[in-house]
Amino acid sequence: MLCKLSVSNIRRSLRDYAIYFFTLLIGVSVFYVFNAIGGQASMMELGESKNEIVVLITNALSYVSIFVAGVLGLLIVYASRFLMKRRNREFALYMTLGMSKGKISAILLLETVIIGVLSLGTGLLLGIGLSQLMSALVAHLFEADMSAYRFMISGNAIVKTVIFFAVMYLVVMVFNSVMISRFKLIDLMQSGKKSEQIKLKNPVLCVIIFLLSAAVLGYTYYQVGWNYDGLNRTKCLLSFAAGTVTTFLLFWSVAGMLLRVMMSAKNTYFRSLNAFTFRQISSKINTAVLSMSVICLMLFITICTLTSAFSIRNSMNANLRELCPADFEIEWGAYSDKELETPVFEDIVEKYEINGFDINEYFRESVHFHIYEDSSLTLGTFLGNQLEAIRAEFPFLRYDTVETVVRLSDYNKLLQLYGKEPLEMNADECIILANYSSMIDVRNRVLSLNQSVEVFGHTLHSRYPGCVDGFISMSGSRTNLGIIVIPDEIADERFASRDYFIGRYAAESEEQNAEIEKAVKKQFDLMLRADSDYREYTADGEPTVYNWSMTTSKIDICDDSIGIGALITFLGLYIGLIFLISCGAVLALKELSESVDSIPRYVMLRKIGAEEKEITKSLLIQTGFFFLLPLLLACIHSAVGMKFAVYVLSVFGTEDIGASILSTSLILLLIYGGYFLITYSCSKGIVKERK
Amino acid sequence: MEQILRIENIEKYYGSKSSLTKAIDDISFAVQKGEFTAIMGASGSGKTTLLNCISTIDRVTAGHIYLENTDITTLKGRELNSFRREKLGFIFQDFNLLDTLTAYENIALALSIQKKPAKEIDKAVKHVAEQLGITEVLEKYPYQMSGGQKQRVASARAIVTSPELVLADEPTGALDSKAAKMLLERFRYLNTECGATIMMVTHDSFTASYAGRVIFIKDGKIFNEINRGSDSRKQFFDRIIDVVTLLGGDVSDAL
Repeated sequence: MLCKLSVSNIRRSLRDYAIYFFTLLIGVSVFYVFNAIGGQASMMELGESKNEIVVLITNALSYVSIFVAGVLGLLIVYASRFLMKRRNREFALYMTLGMSKGKISAILLLETVIIGVLSLGTGLLLGIGLSQLMSALVAHLFEADMSAYRFMISGNAIVKTVIFFAVMYLVVMVFNSVMISRFKLIDLMQSGKKSEQIKLKNPVLCVIIFLLSAAVLGYTYYQVGWNYDGLNRTKCLLSFAAGTVTTFLLFWSVAGMLLRVMMSAKNTYFRSLNAFTFRQISSKINTAVLSMSVICLMLFITICTLTSAFSIRNSMNANLRELCPADFEIEWGAYSDKELETPVFEDIVEKYEINGFDINEYFRESVHFHIYEDSSLTLGTFLGNQLEAIRAEFPFLRYDTVETVVRLSDYNKLLQLYGKEPLEMNADECIILANYSSMIDVRNRVLSLNQSVEVFGHTLHSRYPGCVDGFISMSGSRTNLGIIVIPDEIADERFASRDYFIGRYAAESEEQNAEIEKAVKKQFDLMLRADSDYREYTADGEPTVYNWSMTTSKIDICDDSIGIGALITFLGLYIGLIFLISCGAVLALKELSESVDSIPRYVMLRKIGAEEKEITKSLLIQTGFFFLLPLLLACIHSAVGMKFAVYVLSVFGTEDIGASILSTSLILLLIYGGYFLITYSCSKGIVKERK
Repeated sequence: MEQILRIENIEKYYGSKSSLTKAIDDISFAVQKGEFTAIMGASGSGKTTLLNCISTIDRVTAGHIYLENTDITTLKGRELNSFRREKLGFIFQDFNLLDTLTAYENIALALSIQKKPAKEIDKAVKHVAEQLGITEVLEKYPYQMSGGQKQRVASARAIVTSPELVLADEPTGALDSKAAKMLLERFRYLNTECGATIMMVTHDSFTASYAGRVIFIKDGKIFNEINRGSDSRKQFFDRIIDVVTLLGGDVSDAL
């Protein structure tokens, strides 16, 4: 009997349950898809370093899954509480018929179980389907071969999804039972009969609060988007807190003012159903100030997370092509002290020879050169008389760092290897290379003033009024803080510091490339070991020369950045998708229940002869307003948020942010827009005339 | 006098072939312009169905209803809406005011869906509010008003568009006797002073006694019809009671 009641209840309130079910479905499938990524990636033939990254990503996604489960859990509790409220009269009927609270709990329990099992089942099926699409993305991100791929189901992810959602449904059941035990029959019977009390807020207070919060928000925007002075963690947190509070206050005051503003336009207000529409909107916003603020902030976080994630990934790939033009780099440094402050020049090629290795064995082409360090030439002396002004603005820079100096002919050899045009300059000139944008800003301030630089006792002038884009070491991101290129004649070998060997493998294919890489690395390790054996040691076992050298390979950098790119993309997508469906679901549930409550109003409108077209239009305006208002503010927040993100992420390079914004907009349009459309068409169905 | 409403042999059936209920079984009558007609009958006699058919909320199974020579049983979709909007005014037992709108906005809504300019709306609303004595509650919301005030606001909304016919379904049903009396006085004022044609469904003899003509319905058929003529309201009330007694126990219970 109870079972029959539960089933027929679900069937009857399918309209209310549709959005709930739809949300659960997406929630389950997204949860599965992201937890199955580890299994999918392991099926592809990835390199060793990539496999390590897959483990890292899998771990990161499982930690985020706990957070996601929390968000989804809150959403489910919210939604089920909402659906319960709609059924107060039904519960009242059960109770007047003499059904015990225990029995009512049992009915609800059954309903939750049925909905839970159904949504888990279909959600998993959908998830398994979607995860096949996901693997295409995984393969694309890891640049892996898809030919070995076959249809797969991750048992691990299924178990995890079932456990997490079962716990969530359990929480919902406990929550429902607690709610039922608190029911009072008289309240249940009277629910829905109380007509709404319209409280207009004090308009003066609303205007004051609106202006005040707009001003505070504007100041916060300025602080985060345009004024990076003394930017630190406290300031960021303060800005976020200010943004949160002002968002709430803005919605609160807009809810109070909106109606008055519209009412003052009498000609518009008393046209067609406008009075009714505006009243509906105003009452909706008034009862949803808190949820609108939360949704606005979640949308803001989603937009920023997604856009940053896409943009970091895009720039990383672009960076790789530009910043890793060769295959392998050895940087050899030797110092006479433990703190690595006094360099002793050592030649790599000689080292290899002494230890019985041929450095050129595996390379088709290579360059070998060394850099110089003049201990009297630091960033501080480079900045000259601008030092104090710049130090006041950037207190965190290390101004006593010794500048790196390279000879023009050496750098031109490197440029040739990198496939770029050589540089030219006169005997009294120098060129500053840099690609880290904030350092470029700092250095350009000096270079634009045409200040001279003292190198090895010679006075040089910069050939250009700004830095030139360039670097020596290969890297995944733009991290060259500054290198000074000087004419060959003035270079003083007494100041030679580190030695570089950069080359391209003699490889014909990808496989050969990987093989050579292994061999080159092994050779380097063997050479290092032989070298340390041959070195001299003091009586206490300390070496007389401290070796500090490292290798950089294109394959390593690529794998690292692919991994970071994939990690960021997955995390961004995961959190973004969950936040988006949460926002959509909360808005949809609120809007739909409002529509149900408003059925008598629409019946009445029809009785006095309102056109069907006008009623649909009113509904569209109401739903549109409800969905657009939080999105609008979120977009404004995001514009500033992204400006800040571009600044913070400049090391990755975020020039091509347009494409990322486009991708984010598409996802937003698809999910948020989808919820809007479903809500609108469901609302239309709800208020439709019943014959 | 000009005939405004003509009902010809209408029938309305509910249910299936096996259990057919004839809610209206061949009813015909006509209403003149400026008449105040009451339709009386017990619960289930078919009076509300009749009103619903006239107001185009429900469709007849057979027969025709002419309002100003238009056969409204053949209207569809948009025509129906514009017909309701322009020719009819409704008053319901449970007021049917929009709870989110003030009294003023509720009344104005009837005009604004006819796309009347705001200035005209303001004038019309204030005028009709005066006629019904609700000027002081115009800025209040339904939940701040008494039942009598709500029903007068609903009445104002019904007549503000100057409809050909005002249809009232048990307008005093949810009112106490004092409020009911006040509302009916207003109906009579609207009928005699403003020339409104009113058709009211009720099961209450006291309410019916304010009309100029009472049509009695029993089991979907017209049972009797009486005209007030030159009688006082008290005399007319007594005559109504006589008919009600004849009608049988059902209605007298309601007295």
